[in-house]
Amino acid sequence: MNVLLDNLSLYGKGLLGTVELTVFASLLALVLGFLMAAFRVAPVGSLRALGTAWVTVLRNTPLTLLFFAVVLGLPRFGLVLPFNLFAILALGCYTSAFICEAVRSGINTVPVGQGEAARSLGMTFPQTLGGIVLPQAFRSVIPPIGSTLIALAKNSAIAGAFSVTELLGVYKPLNELGYSIIWTFVWIAVGYLIVTLTISALFNVLEKRFGVAR
Amino acid sequence: MTTALYDIPGPRTRQRHRLYGLASTALILALLGCVVYLLFSTGQFTAAKWTPFTYKGIQELLLRGLGNTLKAFALAAVLSLALGGVLATGRLSAHRPVRWVSTVLVEFFRAMPVLVMIFFIYVALQAEPLIALVAGLTLYNGSVLAEVFRTGVNAVDRGQREAAYALGMRKTQVMTHVLVPQAVRAMLPAIISQLVVALKDTSLGYLITYEEFLHAGKLIASNLDYDLPFIPVVMIISPIYIGMCMLLSWLAHWVSKRQRRNPKVEGVEVAAPEPGPLLPGGHRPPA
Repeated sequence: MNVLLDNLSLYGKGLLGTVELTVFASLLALVLGFLMAAFRVAPVGSLRALGTAWVTVLRNTPLTLLFFAVVLGLPRFGLVLPFNLFAILALGCYTSAFICEAVRSGINTVPVGQGEAARSLGMTFPQTLGGIVLPQAFRSVIPPIGSTLIALAKNSAIAGAFSVTELLGVYKPLNELGYSIIWTFVWIAVGYLIVTLTISALFNVLEKRFGVAR
Repeated sequence: MTTALYDIPGPRTRQRHRLYGLASTALILALLGCVVYLLFSTGQFTAAKWTPFTYKGIQELLLRGLGNTLKAFALAAVLSLALGGVLATGRLSAHRPVRWVSTVLVEFFRAMPVLVMIFFIYVALQAEPLIALVAGLTLYNGSVLAEVFRTGVNAVDRGQREAAYALGMRKTQVMTHVLVPQAVRAMLPAIISQLVVALKDTSLGYLITYEEFLHAGKLIASNLDYDLPFIPVVMIISPIYIGMCMLLSWLAHWVSKRQRRNPKVEGVEVAAPEPGPLLPGGHRPPA
């Protein structure tokens, strides 16, 4: 208990870092993921290929390798950003591949008749996708996106090892100060549980409101 | 191809699509060109950065790293399959305390970041890097696999179980002779996909100084004598990592496609329950 009370600000900073990473990387992942999903179902061949390549490569890349390449590699091109921006970039791109696949399988659950109706009203491809299909796909895609974002929150721990302030990184200074390591980790675990349970609860609410009743 | 999104295009639309295709191809190529230009202008292709890879010592270092990665993966895969089996048996047990304990274990280990567990074992329990890595991966993937096993067994048609009980089999017999053999075939793709996750996560060993592939890369990349060949290292390591994972993913895909044609495993489908809804009431839509 002492570990937590004595170092409340340190833990707070770590938790805040994790939340910040999770939120911004989630936003990036959602935007990129929906975009790539749109690419993957587009009638234009080269866009489809781009979407497929993006998903295949990123889904099969170890996140540590991606962090390694982004955080340590991009500066070699003269691109020097704060570490947490790099971390958001790596986490967001990685997760976007999983979001894309979730969205794409969601699009497949929308009955073909919906798209046909939209087209017979004279809607264009962007109109059909944006106005008719995606809103319905979104409803069935809420639970898998929730799990993906929980995974993102957990994956953000890796950022700590690349000099980003976040929850797991808290153990290092506390270890040096000689606090009980076991308790240090217990509170770190609790911190992660808080973050993941919050996301989980949020998505349960979303699902209750928007989900498809089956 | 029937899709909800567009009809089979006519001649004018096809022409329009071709135009879009050309424009986007040009854009993508321009982006790639930018990257290549950046690579050249920052001198990533100078001989000094690439000659080290012709040295025998460097190649051996990389190969040893790759070997260590595969070793950790093999250990983690075998152990997590075993742990998954044990935990799934626990969750399917008829005894409430056993069920309860294994449920708590499974849910806890699935909710924790793998890296936190690895660091805990490495820092707090002072384990060797390899042991910490394998133990962390085993705990996480084992509990995810336990869920796969459980849903697989539960997904077998009820009639099978009822018929087996009606023939007078015991619960263990029903499991080992009737349910598990049928479930395994349906679960195989999900199991292999989870092994891809384990393979990817072996790279976490880099963070606890386990001398795996990425660690070997870092060693070479930060060598001043070789003019810090950072980008070349990434360019060599990533295709190998991605290739290994893609091969496994492809295997999972192939198995599931083969099974879809097989009438014997019809109707039993097991999705990988990756990160898992932590609160009750969360469910996934039929894919």
